[in-house]
Amino acid sequence: MENQKPSFYEEVRGNGISRRDFLKFCTTMAAFLGLEASGVGQIVKALESKPRLPVIWFHFQECTCCSESFIRASHPIVADIILNKISLDYQETLMAASGVQAEDAYKAVMKKYPGEYIVMVEGSIPTENEAYCCIGGRSALQILTEAVKDCMAVVAWGNCASAGCVQAASPNPTGAKPVHKVISGKPVVNVQGCPPIADVMAGVVVHLLTFGRIPQLDGMNRPKAFYSRRVHDTCYRRANFDAGLFVESFDDEGAKRGYCLYKMGCKGPVTYNSCGIIKWNDSVSYPIQSGHPCIGCAEAGFWDNGPFYQHLPGVAGFGIETTADKVGLGLGIATAVGIAGHAIVTNIRKHKEIINEPETGSNNVTPKES
Amino acid sequence: MAERIVIDPITRIEGHLRVEIEINDGKITDAYSAGTMVRGIETILKGRDPRDAWAFVGRVCGVCTSTHSLTSVRTVENALNISVPPNAELIRNLMANALYIQDHVVHFYALHALDWVDVVSALKANPTEASRIAQSISAWPKSSVGYFTDIQKKFKNFVESGQLGIFANGYWGHKAYKLPPEVNLIAVAHYLEALEWQKELVKVHTIFGGKNPHPNYLVGGVPCSINIDEANAVNAERLAFVGKLFEDAKTFVDQVYIPDLIAIAGFYKSDWGAIGGGLTNYLSFGDFPSNGYNNPDSFKMPRGVILGRDLSKIHEVKADDPEQIQEYINNSWYEYSKGDKTGLHPWEGETKFNYTGPKPPYEHLDFTQKYSWVKTPRWKGHPMEVGPLSRMLIGYASGRADYKEVIEGALKALDVPVAALFSTLGRTAARGLETKLVCGWALEFYQQLLANIKNGDSRTQNNDKWEPASWPKEAKGIGMVEAPRGALSHFIVIEDKKIANYQLVVPTTWNASPRDPKGQRSAFEESLIGTPVADPKVPLEVLRTIHSFDPCLACAVHLYDENGSYIHDLKTY
Repeated sequence: MENQKPSFYEEVRGNGISRRDFLKFCTTMAAFLGLEASGVGQIVKALESKPRLPVIWFHFQECTCCSESFIRASHPIVADIILNKISLDYQETLMAASGVQAEDAYKAVMKKYPGEYIVMVEGSIPTENEAYCCIGGRSALQILTEAVKDCMAVVAWGNCASAGCVQAASPNPTGAKPVHKVISGKPVVNVQGCPPIADVMAGVVVHLLTFGRIPQLDGMNRPKAFYSRRVHDTCYRRANFDAGLFVESFDDEGAKRGYCLYKMGCKGPVTYNSCGIIKWNDSVSYPIQSGHPCIGCAEAGFWDNGPFYQHLPGVAGFGIETTADKVGLGLGIATAVGIAGHAIVTNIRKHKEIINEPETGSNNVTPKES
Repeated sequence: MAERIVIDPITRIEGHLRVEIEINDGKITDAYSAGTMVRGIETILKGRDPRDAWAFVGRVCGVCTSTHSLTSVRTVENALNISVPPNAELIRNLMANALYIQDHVVHFYALHALDWVDVVSALKANPTEASRIAQSISAWPKSSVGYFTDIQKKFKNFVESGQLGIFANGYWGHKAYKLPPEVNLIAVAHYLEALEWQKELVKVHTIFGGKNPHPNYLVGGVPCSINIDEANAVNAERLAFVGKLFEDAKTFVDQVYIPDLIAIAGFYKSDWGAIGGGLTNYLSFGDFPSNGYNNPDSFKMPRGVILGRDLSKIHEVKADDPEQIQEYINNSWYEYSKGDKTGLHPWEGETKFNYTGPKPPYEHLDFTQKYSWVKTPRWKGHPMEVGPLSRMLIGYASGRADYKEVIEGALKALDVPVAALFSTLGRTAARGLETKLVCGWALEFYQQLLANIKNGDSRTQNNDKWEPASWPKEAKGIGMVEAPRGALSHFIVIEDKKIANYQLVVPTTWNASPRDPKGQRSAFEESLIGTPVADPKVPLEVLRTIHSFDPCLACAVHLYDENGSYIHDLKTY
């Protein structure tokens, strides 16, 4: 019975995807997952031989931005194949069946694949009163508790399922809680962000498919492959920060030159996410690149971390770096002082370089009217 | 003999919706629509910086992502008397246009098509015939025999795997499906293409707002700066990118969406052009300013109300008039201090949770009592339908030439009278025709943006009232937007630089609400009355009409607590 299930690779080939494209996909995914070149073979092998992973995807207190982000996955075969080629057996936004027929779909998976299916959750779970979120007359908590009993692992999509997100912001009127606070005994992967980046979501799925286990996680259960770097450290505007070049008000001269948004409230120094590396929607841009400070949406409790446009505690100017690092990584004071002297020298040089560059680089020719 | 049917969850929508119907002699004689999830975002907004509100309310919905953020910045700007620079207005229009087109296409294919298209029947199609039909209705290049043969093979492999995923337990083979196998195959191909395509147009949001879903907005303008001589700003490359995205979108809509819509409608028009009309009142706030948001006459979409399907008269809408818009909670799980039968204008609104429904798990809701988390808004006491059908009717009745052209063209192509618009199919068709209009407007706004920049105007932000020190001690504002799903309004009261009160009256609140104190049904419930149901165990017909509204329940349910204190009156169950 087991070996009759078509593998991911067979499905992909059957759907007209060439082996070349398939290998390209595996390589891209290996790169996202931070694997060595040798890891590509591992992905290829896994996808060639494993049957499609049954997935039950629940929506609780949420806004469906995670589902929407998921379908934006951009690498050629991700949207077309991963979406369909995991066996997405219950997903309220996309599934054909409603009502009893819909519920039967996930109950069948639980019965047929004990220990083998993944539960993915979009949304938080209200605990103040279970009636704040009901589906088919049963509460979110009842549905989730039952579904995770025999699952392999749980993927908590986005800030809602990972940390409660907006509905858990003060005063959290419904007692909204993330998945890991209401279930126990199963591994939970928190894929943070509001929403998570589409290709990060695809990357997590591929990791599960490839290795048959959950990715390595940090202390907050986030996959290290995508959440081990601060947005600040991977930001292409970082050189402006180091050089002390800041946007002072929106659309000012600094904004028009892409200076650092730290003073406009950027939470990049305290936010761990892949925005600066993978970027959004097929790497088109990310919030900072499009002129808005990071609001920190991949962090627990970011809604209550002060107004968005108030800059993080710190002293403006060359001292910022040490302060921001303390906020972000909790560096010891001695270390901070140690690097400060170096930072000042480097920063003065960078400041001069950047401020001069646009002028010297411009040919100042006005284009002719056409 | 009456039979009571529960459909919960209603899938292929945003959020959590439960519908209960009563069937007599094969027809629906009564219907109840209930929102079954609540989050409390309005309470959470209290005491916060009004400039931050767009991000909070943006998270009301990730499907119609950005509409609440746009409404919010308009609301705060209205309260603080801020006008945004022309470029910011144009960029906001372009972002909203991108959402309309993407959202309507996704609705048609991913959320609605499976009500009309039997995907399993596509396996029986003759690909040569499918190719002939496809080429006869459109110039879309992906229409060869080989292409449809491949799609069919792909789908056959999928079905034979035994793991049907999102297509499991669908209503395949139901006798209400009427398309020939070849048309089903074309639709399946375009379902997959639309899923692939939809992720492209949202890049307009990524370019101007940094990401999608949930792009960034800014009170006073837009966060992106324009500098045509800078790599770090909106420059010629970014603008060309936006232009191409809209050109491609227009091609997809003209060559795939509209031909499919007309073809499918042709097979269903005889019955579904007369089923599901429901209410006879239509409301639109109007949108897409071409000369400033404070000048509604310049809107591409006109504002107004139609009562009793009388297309000869457009009634004036004033959202700040307490006599016009009121919300009721007589059938919703909240309570009012002046009694649950009163209606309150959103500025005066108050809400306390008061869950009196059954303790889960439950089989049925008791409809003699409160039964939903959705409140019930009324316009001068009338229940209103909002959404694409309302907007198209109001545009048509206002005598707008562009509306007249697309509506009359479609009626002619389908050989049906204007009255056919008042139906489930009319609602679905209106959404497609509107998309066609929006594609044209987007390209106009794009050209205006280029012209402005060429003329030396690169401003995208007005910072005059950015600092809270420049604000009055008290201010009140309203923001109105036509979201893809209908008339959306936010109401704010600012006191001492903080949000004292924030209220949302949302499209699906109008459409999905429970009955008002007069017992009048809202749009969902009314539209189901009289609908035939062939097999009560598989109520496909109900899904057709409910989906024709494109429900968004996360939007519809919210709450506001006048005193800012959460009241623990919840142990009543």
